[in-house]
Amino acid sequence: MVPLSWYLTLAAALFSIGLFGVLVRRNAVAILLGVELMLNAVNINLVAFWRYSDALTSMGGQVFAIIVFAVAAAEVSVGLALVISAYRRRNTVIADELDMLKW
Amino acid sequence: MTGAQIIFIVVALYTLGSALMVVTTRNLIHAALWLVSTLFGVAVTYALMNANFIAVVQVVVYIGAIAILFIFAVMLTRKDMRDSGPQMNKNWWLGALVAVLVFAGLAFMLSGWSGFSKVAADLPSGFDSVSLLGEALVSPQAYVLPFEVASVLLLAALVGAVYVAFNRK
Repeated sequence: MVPLSWYLTLAAALFSIGLFGVLVRRNAVAILLGVELMLNAVNINLVAFWRYSDALTSMGGQVFAIIVFAVAAAEVSVGLALVISAYRRRNTVIADELDMLKW
Repeated sequence: MTGAQIIFIVVALYTLGSALMVVTTRNLIHAALWLVSTLFGVAVTYALMNANFIAVVQVVVYIGAIAILFIFAVMLTRKDMRDSGPQMNKNWWLGALVAVLVFAGLAFMLSGWSGFSKVAADLPSGFDSVSLLGEALVSPQAYVLPFEVASVLLLAALVGAVYVAFNRK
């Protein structure tokens, strides 16, 4: 049987890769891709803590994972709408070039 | 090494390799397709943890909706499909350093925790996590309030996304 540490290490590595993408990428859509990786890493942790807890019948971990799904869907729809709106007005999606405070 | 451990290692390497491609590949459409591959690996991880419903929701919601939304956003925010210029910041090594430090810090913090190498108990026979999850989501003693708040949040995000992306011209 796989110990809990393996899942936590996988989630930590996935989170770090997502963080790297958020910090390094210039395109705003690619930054949101990194955020998705980080949210998935958190979800692996939540489900792993549910599976390895002693109270398997209390479904808190899985319920939290579903709430994270809903929040991720909301985040990505509003975020991509903002990117599309910024592209219409400024003709760029490079985060460095979106530096105006007021249009 | 047991069969479950070998399967886990293969799935984890596949997931992490796809995730690295998401953040490093130049072509954004390819990055979105690598994200689909990563999400599928995470879905297999959920299945390995006997979280059947979460695995199915991962495939339906993440791969079916969110990844496709990303591909649409990539295509709507460019004039030609080639990516010109650098895709990463000049000081990308600083971001890599921060990411490695975060991973080292998380690993160090977790390795000092007493429950780190815990092994899961076997599921009791006839254990049905899907019906338990369904009851927990609508039971007033459990999680009906967060469930309803999530639905209101989704409605607000729907209206907000339509409003923000609406073309007034």
